[in-house]
Amino acid sequence: MKEKNYSKHFLLLSVILIVFFFLNIRFGSVSIPFKDIFNILFGEDISKDSWETIIINFRVPKAITAILVGSGLSVCGLLMQTLFRNPLAGPFVLGISSGASLGVAILILGSSVFGGALLTNSFSNLSLPIAASFGAFLVLSSVILAANKVRNTMSILIIGLMFGSLTSAVISVLAYFSEAAQIQQYLFWSFGSLGNLSWNELIVLSSIYSVGIVGTIFVIKPLNSLLLGESYAKSLGINIKKSRNIILLITSLLTGVITAFSGPIAFVGLAVPHIAKIIFSSSNHKILLPATAIIGAIVLLICDSIAQLPTSEFSLPINAITSLFGAPVVIWLLIRKKKLYV
Amino acid sequence: MKNSKENLVLKTENLSIGYQQKKSTKIIRSEINLEIKKGKLVAILGKNGIGKSTLLRTLSKVQEPLSGKIFINQKNMQELSEKELSTQLSLVLTERLPESQLTVYEIIALGRQPYTNWIDKLCTSDIEKIEVAIEQTEIEHLKNSRFHELSDGQLQRVLIARALAQDTEIIILDEPTAHLDMHHTIKIFSLLKELVLKTQKTIIISSHEVNLAIQLADEMMLLSSDTLHFGTPTELIKANAFTTLFPKELVTFNKTLAQFVITKI
Repeated sequence: MKEKNYSKHFLLLSVILIVFFFLNIRFGSVSIPFKDIFNILFGEDISKDSWETIIINFRVPKAITAILVGSGLSVCGLLMQTLFRNPLAGPFVLGISSGASLGVAILILGSSVFGGALLTNSFSNLSLPIAASFGAFLVLSSVILAANKVRNTMSILIIGLMFGSLTSAVISVLAYFSEAAQIQQYLFWSFGSLGNLSWNELIVLSSIYSVGIVGTIFVIKPLNSLLLGESYAKSLGINIKKSRNIILLITSLLTGVITAFSGPIAFVGLAVPHIAKIIFSSSNHKILLPATAIIGAIVLLICDSIAQLPTSEFSLPINAITSLFGAPVVIWLLIRKKKLYV
Repeated sequence: MKNSKENLVLKTENLSIGYQQKKSTKIIRSEINLEIKKGKLVAILGKNGIGKSTLLRTLSKVQEPLSGKIFINQKNMQELSEKELSTQLSLVLTERLPESQLTVYEIIALGRQPYTNWIDKLCTSDIEKIEVAIEQTEIEHLKNSRFHELSDGQLQRVLIARALAQDTEIIILDEPTAHLDMHHTIKIFSLLKELVLKTQKTIIISSHEVNLAIQLADEMMLLSSDTLHFGTPTELIKANAFTTLFPKELVTFNKTLAQFVITKI
């Protein structure tokens, strides 16, 4: 497709991204001046060792997590909206977040229901992500299996939603029989969190993230032809089933790993693609994919900074902020532009 | 004789079309034997629900045939990959495009996908083909508009341009004048006729515009519930084939006028 010149847009967005990256590192319960932050980041000596620990081991991983999570979820939302040609689709329509929630619910709530047979109360750092990945993978493979049985792409959407309802029902039943402390623990996970990742976990997250993101580059062509509908895409020589499976696989890989490490973060994946579509007023995925990724990263950095700001002592749940901040923005954009596009 | 065989772009052998359900097979039409030559405008006519769309869907491999064979340029369609087929046959469908912000140019450029590389980069020959398609369909002024701003008639021209950019020998259009008024219907028909003459492509359309088709189509296929007539309009008029098209209570075919007239009530 012929591209308009969007380099100014991208330049501006990159600058905003960098600014918010540093602002995000700046905010937190301990106030560290920018000058010292830069000194720490560029390896110069700093008077307070504790600051170095805070920056290197907490704030920088958290900011990077925000970037990966925000861009990953947003890109998945875009893929789903195009695949299903439905502006209301998001990364979680396939039931992946419900699957992850189920995994975590069984781990946390199940331990009380099944009399502590599953696990002790002390969860190691990795057991939550592993349970979440396992749950996400389970639901996802069922959805993909079902997807290959049905011809109609829209049916996959419904199947994903049904799996979502099923898993939330199971979680409700588990919660009903659980103790308050466990329910609270589960609830905290479902609030989402960007700050719990060590550097090692971050390496796992970013390598799987990279595989997924590189994969999206290979589906730009089928995605663009899908904008005309499946019949046209097929007549243009696109192998629909193969492309569909690759798109589903990328989405599940990205959302699965992200949900596993950061909890089910709502809203970003649905809203950010629309913000990108409105800003760039394009449907070309060569433009939209990078645009969505950058805007997603910025949005989550902002949300995380807001979550840190108010009390400075402790942070608000990121999941609440994304919706509180994002929903009015999208409503406002819609009222101004009056139309949502696939 | 050899020459005429080379000119055959589309041929069917004992083609059966319909729907394969789990337990039953719904045959809509069988024993279809067609030979369509290069550079013809072929119109398929028949009343609603008679199987025009099913036939077109089968000929364009959107749907599998129940039995029989389809040959495109002497090659069995079943053995062609989607990619190979996409350089031989292009489509203009009746289904609405999903809501998106694609521009007219982008839609036409998508027609080049069978030829572009993995990242869909347009090279100079692609851009040339797109420009020619835009010129042939006279939509230069619409190039940068978004497709959802267009009228039905304009959008139809854009979709035809997209098919032209795909640069295939055969273009299949399913009811290209379905939502159009008389003026735009005639405009589309004459555009198609002109394209056939200029580019020597074979254009197959389904239509309800009997009168226009008689005047402009090179060959016509008349489908009724139990017959299938194929030939030039004059041959078909001579053979009284048009009387099979509709039940006689309401309209009859007037041979001297070469059009349908309402039976006096």
